[in-house]
Amino acid sequence: MQTDTIASPVIVPRKKIKGSRIIISCLEREGVDTVFGYPGGASMDIHQALTLSKKIRVVLPRHEQGAAFAASGYARATGKPGVCLAASGPGATNLITGIMDARLDSIPMVILTGQVATKVIGTDAFQETDIVGATLPCVKHSYLMKDVNDISWVMKEAFHLASSNRPGPVLIDFPVDIQQALAVLDDNAERKRSGAVFKTEPAKGQIKKALGLINEAQRPVIYAGGGIISGNASDELRRFVKKTGIPVTTTSMGLGAFPEDDPLSLHMLGMHGAVYANMAIARADLVIALGTRFDNKVTGKISEFCKNAKIIHVDIDASEINKNTIVALPIQGDVRQTLEAFNTEAVKLNIEPWINEIQKLKKEFAHSYPKSKEHIVPQAVIVELSGLVPNDAVVCTGVGQHQMWTAQFFKFKNPRSFISSCGLGAMGFGLPAAIGAQVAFPNRMVIDIDGDGSFLMNIQELQTLKTENIPVKCVVLNNSYLGMMAQWEDRYYKSVRGHTCLGEANFAEIAKAFGIAGATVSRSEDVAPALKEMLSHKGAYVLDVKYPYNDATHGHVLPMIPADGTYLDSILPGGVILRDYLKQKGATECCVSKDRPAGL
Amino acid sequence: MKHTISILVENEFGALARIAGLFSGRGYNIESLTVAPTLDPAISRMTINTIGDDRTIEQIIKQLNRLISVVKVKDVTAEDPITKNLALIKVNLNRRNRDKLKSIIADFDAMITISDDTCSVIQAVADDGGIIRLTEALKPYGVMEFVSTGSVAIQKGKRVIRA
Repeated sequence: MQTDTIASPVIVPRKKIKGSRIIISCLEREGVDTVFGYPGGASMDIHQALTLSKKIRVVLPRHEQGAAFAASGYARATGKPGVCLAASGPGATNLITGIMDARLDSIPMVILTGQVATKVIGTDAFQETDIVGATLPCVKHSYLMKDVNDISWVMKEAFHLASSNRPGPVLIDFPVDIQQALAVLDDNAERKRSGAVFKTEPAKGQIKKALGLINEAQRPVIYAGGGIISGNASDELRRFVKKTGIPVTTTSMGLGAFPEDDPLSLHMLGMHGAVYANMAIARADLVIALGTRFDNKVTGKISEFCKNAKIIHVDIDASEINKNTIVALPIQGDVRQTLEAFNTEAVKLNIEPWINEIQKLKKEFAHSYPKSKEHIVPQAVIVELSGLVPNDAVVCTGVGQHQMWTAQFFKFKNPRSFISSCGLGAMGFGLPAAIGAQVAFPNRMVIDIDGDGSFLMNIQELQTLKTENIPVKCVVLNNSYLGMMAQWEDRYYKSVRGHTCLGEANFAEIAKAFGIAGATVSRSEDVAPALKEMLSHKGAYVLDVKYPYNDATHGHVLPMIPADGTYLDSILPGGVILRDYLKQKGATECCVSKDRPAGL
Repeated sequence: MKHTISILVENEFGALARIAGLFSGRGYNIESLTVAPTLDPAISRMTINTIGDDRTIEQIIKQLNRLISVVKVKDVTAEDPITKNLALIKVNLNRRNRDKLKSIIADFDAMITISDDTCSVIQAVADDGGIIRLTEALKPYGVMEFVSTGSVAIQKGKRVIRA
């Protein structure tokens, strides 16, 4: 018979496996090597499946928030999506701060949560929370899995969405019965959405116009943000600066995008940024904003920001363009592709007077801090540490004064070397983020520069350091206060302490209780040897740096532009307002042009 | 200024919540919102009426475009689209007001969908202004209940909004 002669396709019925096994196979397919996960009733099946994986290391944090921050630290250090896993209800809700942090800083993350069984969803079952609903404003996208057969393509799509275009957190919620249901793993599953959210290629006409503006500029400044780092555009930026000679200031998210030891580096701008960076931006006639979003901590009073400049704004996310300020020339597209296009035609600009002016400003307004013979000065600790660490060190921070001092005084030279919760400003970020970075790079030096308040918020992760053998070095700048809040109280609330005093804690002793080495220093002369001792220690280490919270003379992060102020409102180290300083000086030379009295 | 925005959105779990949440979370107004599946059941079409200055509207459209579930967004306001709302109005129809009400209904191209001894339900299809004028005209005769959809909009001419 004819039918006998036609070779029928050999269909080998593939074995059905549990949904939880499919999840793990999908993670392996995406190249995931680490999952930060805390088990609970609704995620046990996934954890059981993880025990069978030979490719994935599971790091058990001691709190789900630690899992989310560690995944973020991993993603920030590598550029790959960080993966965290929690159970339903409280496990999932404990992730939310970390998810929002990833959202605001555009960090690629895939969040897996367990959920109660589909048949009891909506019945207020034990540990039930509508986590998809609760995280709607925090995620780039999210899924509630209702069919085990959808897992393969959803996982594929989730990783794509998290890491493509403007990265962000993507959450997948897995009810227990879906984890346990049987299905065939679909190796070739493709994501359902094919197109990118935003086009990546910048419009040629806009590039041409931009090059025109750049070539005409007398006082250009580059204002570079986290997009340079997430868009892997640091090399192109350096090339662009080398070709044109335009000076660069970065946001906190952009630290490391441009080497801070370069003469054309203006360091960080904004509220606690360098005075010369803020003055340069105010004096510029052209600001090239690259992968940045005109955050209020950067701009201060937005109507006065870059007032004398035309702005070229390059961003992958169309919604960032004209969101906070109207720009002369928007370029929607990938920042690396845009810089590549710039670099094919960019030429050396004849802006020597401007560069001279900037070098004078850098000298005149160099970052400084008050010295003390009596006590340790925290800024000095960071300067010391910055000189001691290897070039490829990764620095994580909590949130507060220590974070800003790190941004001001640590010299960042490489992208992905400063890891901090910049948009959300989530205290407790430093230690778990450092865990994530260290797990990603076991052979690099990873340091958590923390404050006592922030360190306490996720101090349980010391046990993770110990049991997982993660050699993070923690430097806790410990002044027994919520220093940044106390600073604002000093400035705006007559120093009335509204519950901002934390009290004493001995972090080296706490570390020892977890089996981790540690030491305490409280005298300036002991700082350098203690840092060296810490850096030469093989395992995890906690250095408790004790100093008193002082007052405006010592304890404040300066310079500081008060909220909604302009660069002229800057409080300089020493307490003088920049406006008064310039007046006193006769406001000549570097800061005021002959034809325009720079806003004075 | 009032704007009419047409949105094609994937007909999937949570899509409506994402869009409604975007408006509330970022402080945008929603005057009205209607949604129903299109001829392709995988896609729903939404019409949102909102009020804002040009910059706000620009942001609304950009923010909507950022949502993964959103397939297409178009502000059709400038094209003077055909917009219609459906209103159902329950009135007490009796001997004394019958003639007057019937003439109002005729004036507004409305119709009585159901009527019994005690009351009638008037069905009207009109734009926002038409519905308001109709209810104002009916009020003196006793409106028992009023319900209306938000508006749906479609462009004039050959232009269409497709996924």
